[in-house]
Amino acid sequence: MADKKTIIVFSGDMDKVMASFIIANGAAAMGSEVTMFFTFWGLNVLRKAQKIKVKKDFMEKMFGWMMPRGAEKLGLSKMNFGGMGAVMMKQIMKKKNVNSLPELIESAQAMGVRMIACTMSMDVMGIKEEELIDGIEFAGVATYLGESDEANVNLFI
Amino acid sequence: MAEFNLNCKGLQCPGPIMQVFKTAKEAQPGDIIHVKVTDRGFAKDIQAWCKKTGNEMLELVESETEIYAKILRK
Repeated sequence: MADKKTIIVFSGDMDKVMASFIIANGAAAMGSEVTMFFTFWGLNVLRKAQKIKVKKDFMEKMFGWMMPRGAEKLGLSKMNFGGMGAVMMKQIMKKKNVNSLPELIESAQAMGVRMIACTMSMDVMGIKEEELIDGIEFAGVATYLGESDEANVNLFI
Repeated sequence: MAEFNLNCKGLQCPGPIMQVFKTAKEAQPGDIIHVKVTDRGFAKDIQAWCKKTGNEMLELVESETEIYAKILRK
C-alpha cells in the first residue's frame, strides 16, 4: 500500500503555496497518496478567478472583496511591493520554465492529490462552496487528523 | 520489452520526476526508460525516486550540460 503525506496549506502567499504544490506533486510522483488541507488564508488558493453570485452578509462581502480571488492573484510573502513583486516573480519563473501555480494545481489534481477545504474557516471568511474550484472536498479537523495519523510526513505551510 | 525515450531538458523540478513517474506507470515490468534532464537536482532525485518506487537505476551519467538516466521498470 502506498504511504501517505499530508500538507496543511494555511498560508495564502504565492511562494509558500507554490512550495506546497511542488511537494505535493513530487510526493505523488514518488507514489505517495497526498492530501492537502486548505484553511484560513490558504482557502484563497482554491477560489475561482471569476466572481460567483452567492448570498453574503456585509462582513462576508468585505472579506471576499479584500482577499485574493484565486491562485493567480496571490502575493509574495516577502518583497511583494503591493503585487509588483509577485508579477516580477511570475515573469522570472516563466522565463526559467518553472511551472506556474495554476499549472501545479491542475497537475496535482490530475495526479490524484486530494484537496480538502476546511469548512470552519470557509464559514468564518464567508467563502461558499460554489466559489471554490471543482474537485474539492469539504471537511473539518477530524478528517485531517484521521489522514495525518496514517501519514508519515505532515507539513504545515 | 519496450524502451521509452524521455526528453525532459528545460523542465524544472518537479517536472522531470513526474514525467518519469507517468512513463513508469504506462510501462510494463522489464521496460527501459531513458531520460535526459537539465535540472541539476535530478541526479540525486532520480536515485531517491528509484529507491522509493522500487525501480532500478541502470545508468546515470552527469555531464556539463545534462543528466542522463537509464531506468529499469520493475
